[in-house]
Amino acid sequence: MTDTDPILRMRNITKDFSGVRALDDVSIEVARGEVHAICGENGAGKSTLMKVLSGVYPHGAYSGTIELNGTEATFADINSSEAAGIVIIHQELALNPLQSIAENIFLGNERSKRGVINWDRTAIEAGALLAKVGLDENPATKIYEIGVGKQQLVEIAKAMAKDVSLLILDEPTAALNDEDSNHLLDLISGMRDHGITCILISHKLREIRRIADRVTVLRDGKTIETIDMSSPDASEARIIKAMVGRELNNLFPPHEPRIGREMFRVEDWTVHHPVDTSRVVVDHAGFTVHAGEIVGFAGLMGAGRTELAMSLFGRLWGTGISGRVFKDGLEIRTATVDEAVSHGIAYVTEDRKRYGLNLIGSVAANISAVALARFARWGIIDRNREYLTAEDYRRNMNIKTPTVSEVVGKLSGGNQQKVVLSKWLVSGPDVLILDEPTRGIDVGAKYEIYGLINQLAAQGKAVVMISSELPELLGMCDRIYTISEGAVTGDVPRSEATPESLMYLMTMGKEALR
Amino acid sequence: MSTQTSAEQATEKPIPPRKLALDFRQYGILAALVAIIVLFQVLTGGRLLMPGNVNNLIQQNSYVLILAIGMVMVIIAGHIDLSVGSVVAMVGAVAALAINDWHLPWWLAVLVALLVGALVGAWQGFWVAYVEIPAFIVTLAGMLLFRGLTLIFLHGGTIGGLPSEFVAIGAGWLPSWLGTVGKTDVLTIVLGVIACVALAVLQVGARSGRRALDLPVEGAASFWGKISVAVVAILAVCWQLANYSGTPIILIILAVLIVAYSFLLNRSVFGRHVYAMGGNLFAAVMSGVKTRRVNFALFVNIGMLAALAGVVSTSRAGSAVASAGQNYELDAIAAVFIGGAAVQGGVGTVTGAVIGGLVMGVLNMGLSILSVDAAWQMAIKGLVLLLAVAFDLTNKRRGGR
Repeated sequence: MTDTDPILRMRNITKDFSGVRALDDVSIEVARGEVHAICGENGAGKSTLMKVLSGVYPHGAYSGTIELNGTEATFADINSSEAAGIVIIHQELALNPLQSIAENIFLGNERSKRGVINWDRTAIEAGALLAKVGLDENPATKIYEIGVGKQQLVEIAKAMAKDVSLLILDEPTAALNDEDSNHLLDLISGMRDHGITCILISHKLREIRRIADRVTVLRDGKTIETIDMSSPDASEARIIKAMVGRELNNLFPPHEPRIGREMFRVEDWTVHHPVDTSRVVVDHAGFTVHAGEIVGFAGLMGAGRTELAMSLFGRLWGTGISGRVFKDGLEIRTATVDEAVSHGIAYVTEDRKRYGLNLIGSVAANISAVALARFARWGIIDRNREYLTAEDYRRNMNIKTPTVSEVVGKLSGGNQQKVVLSKWLVSGPDVLILDEPTRGIDVGAKYEIYGLINQLAAQGKAVVMISSELPELLGMCDRIYTISEGAVTGDVPRSEATPESLMYLMTMGKEALR
Repeated sequence: MSTQTSAEQATEKPIPPRKLALDFRQYGILAALVAIIVLFQVLTGGRLLMPGNVNNLIQQNSYVLILAIGMVMVIIAGHIDLSVGSVVAMVGAVAALAINDWHLPWWLAVLVALLVGALVGAWQGFWVAYVEIPAFIVTLAGMLLFRGLTLIFLHGGTIGGLPSEFVAIGAGWLPSWLGTVGKTDVLTIVLGVIACVALAVLQVGARSGRRALDLPVEGAASFWGKISVAVVAILAVCWQLANYSGTPIILIILAVLIVAYSFLLNRSVFGRHVYAMGGNLFAAVMSGVKTRRVNFALFVNIGMLAALAGVVSTSRAGSAVASAGQNYELDAIAAVFIGGAAVQGGVGTVTGAVIGGLVMGVLNMGLSILSVDAAWQMAIKGLVLLLAVAFDLTNKRRGGR
């Protein structure tokens, strides 16, 4: 084994989930000491590949081989991959906020003798590790007392305490402000001095250009290419082309736009993170939607699309919210859900199970939930009318359920999504904000949902569609806004939108706007 | 992610037709009550259902049933109330003070007691709804606070000598306005018949209303079968009561509460919001439910019901004592869970809670008639609660959720 041998070779990795191919013959080679970036669209297979590598999907659950330092590795679980020196740091940090930095660094890896912790050794070694990652904090400080940026550094110190040789970082800067991001990126590019190789999963091309030695692009579960960033033909354009270069399938019902007057306008909308209140999550965003128009919002994970929608709708997310909202040219208040609903705004959440439905309630009770007052007089519900209305929606939306008295939790994902849509349509909205309306539902149900969205636009409603799937936005929308790092970076008419141009705007970052 | 897609696709299969299992769950608790009654009727050699015992079953358990009605709503919304036992004691003390020391007429004392209950509820509701302290903590504090206040009000003693009108609320009967035939009170039979007719008329009305709108209706056989069973049960209870001392006043109060609160939970916007919050609080907030107001109202409501239970138990005892209401909160909570409510909220009914309370009541009475030691009675009740909830949970899991 020499220094020029690659530290990791993954060959012909294929992984299926009950018939769906998540990884298809993926191969990747990581050189010792390099920073190797992996990028791809949401759902391209990056996380699955890392789960295969770290033993979350054990040997035997996939086909193909993993070679670590020249010998084949067969990990049974995360513990065995960690023992081999592979540590993964997930996007959602896994620290216990109520314990100290030192306790977290050595959690599960305690400096102890016969079950009794040696606190002196713990403190000394923690101090040394903190110095390595450039974190100037007392190891006894509790995690909740330090910001997310510093917590990310504690995660890295924790990995180093496990004698890591291959560190995988999944979107490490997604939750960080600019200053913390820069510090972290510097730290990552200096890792080779500690003998650590890094795999960086990132959406942000700016970061990749800054610190990655090579980039492997995945698309639809396949390796597209590995680009050496030092070569003259390595460019962001080339990475973007590799990320999106797929054919647009004819999966969308035809839609003839009849665009009317301006219906909904947002100006200068700024939102801060509810916990880390210094972090700007939505940055002076503005957009307009016209009657009969379908407007898309494209952005990568963590760009702030859902945060924008949820802060607009009754301020359900965020603090320090400022900006102005106009409906039909008049400024309106949307500080509570009630106010938003009374102005004819509906928000269909991306997480229907968590935020959209009462899964143990009946289909009828869910459909009537928003507009319950319409079915009631003196606070008493006319259940027959409620039932009849729910029946109408069941028929019109083609919700597959034996009766509307059925419990919603028993329905399939696509049918649950139709129930969420129905519940908002009963309230008679003018402006519909649809957040990932087709997430996790099958192709047939997707087509039906697309048809419904077209119908709503044809009725003169203003539709905002947030989606992670570019083909969906390109197939459905009359106009597409792009969001990057909380700022609106583009407003592209359908005729001019291409996957490449959108991806460029989605990855440019807000720096470029200034 | 692709994992998500595949998981969703796996669930995308034809929906099986509605099963009878669901109906079994709904009526399972009723079946359990019937089974326990039959068991003790046999074990006690027919003494369980003697007129005097039927009467006592109602009068002895009335306050737990009143508390269970308030508790089931709180539990459906995802909270709990540990303070009701102490509130019963404190309100009893206030009512007795109002009569003996402040010389208020008995009916005014009852109103004062209910007002105190509402204030207690507003106090706890404020902390739960607006300061967002978990109800477990707020009402645990209330349990200590109100028990302490009771001791202060009573100076550690007892207030007795309450007027007979007041005592009648919990321990009296409607006068025999219509006379008796032999030893049988006619009024009780007439009230029973009125209840049966009202039940049938309302059910038939609702059914024909649904039919007029072309909505699916229950099959005639099962519809009339259920009504017949209910009519037989009502008349049988009334017959036994008529042959003892007539209609207990508390039975009228209970019947009104059960009907009113069932209606509130099933038919009102407020009731629907309670279920929605328990089922998925996030989704309720995002649908515009004013969750704080609902929480506040729930605690004011259970405060008033606890006050009513305090009036009833004080009147039945004939005096206010500092140890009144001990463990009532546990009896009420047990009744609610035996009655099929879900620990995580969102599920439960008033009738279920009342039946759960009656299961505990029959168990108490049957074991007492058999002269089972009080210590064993307590142990047996604990096991019944555990088994009832275990049965319900395994049943639900088999149901596929």
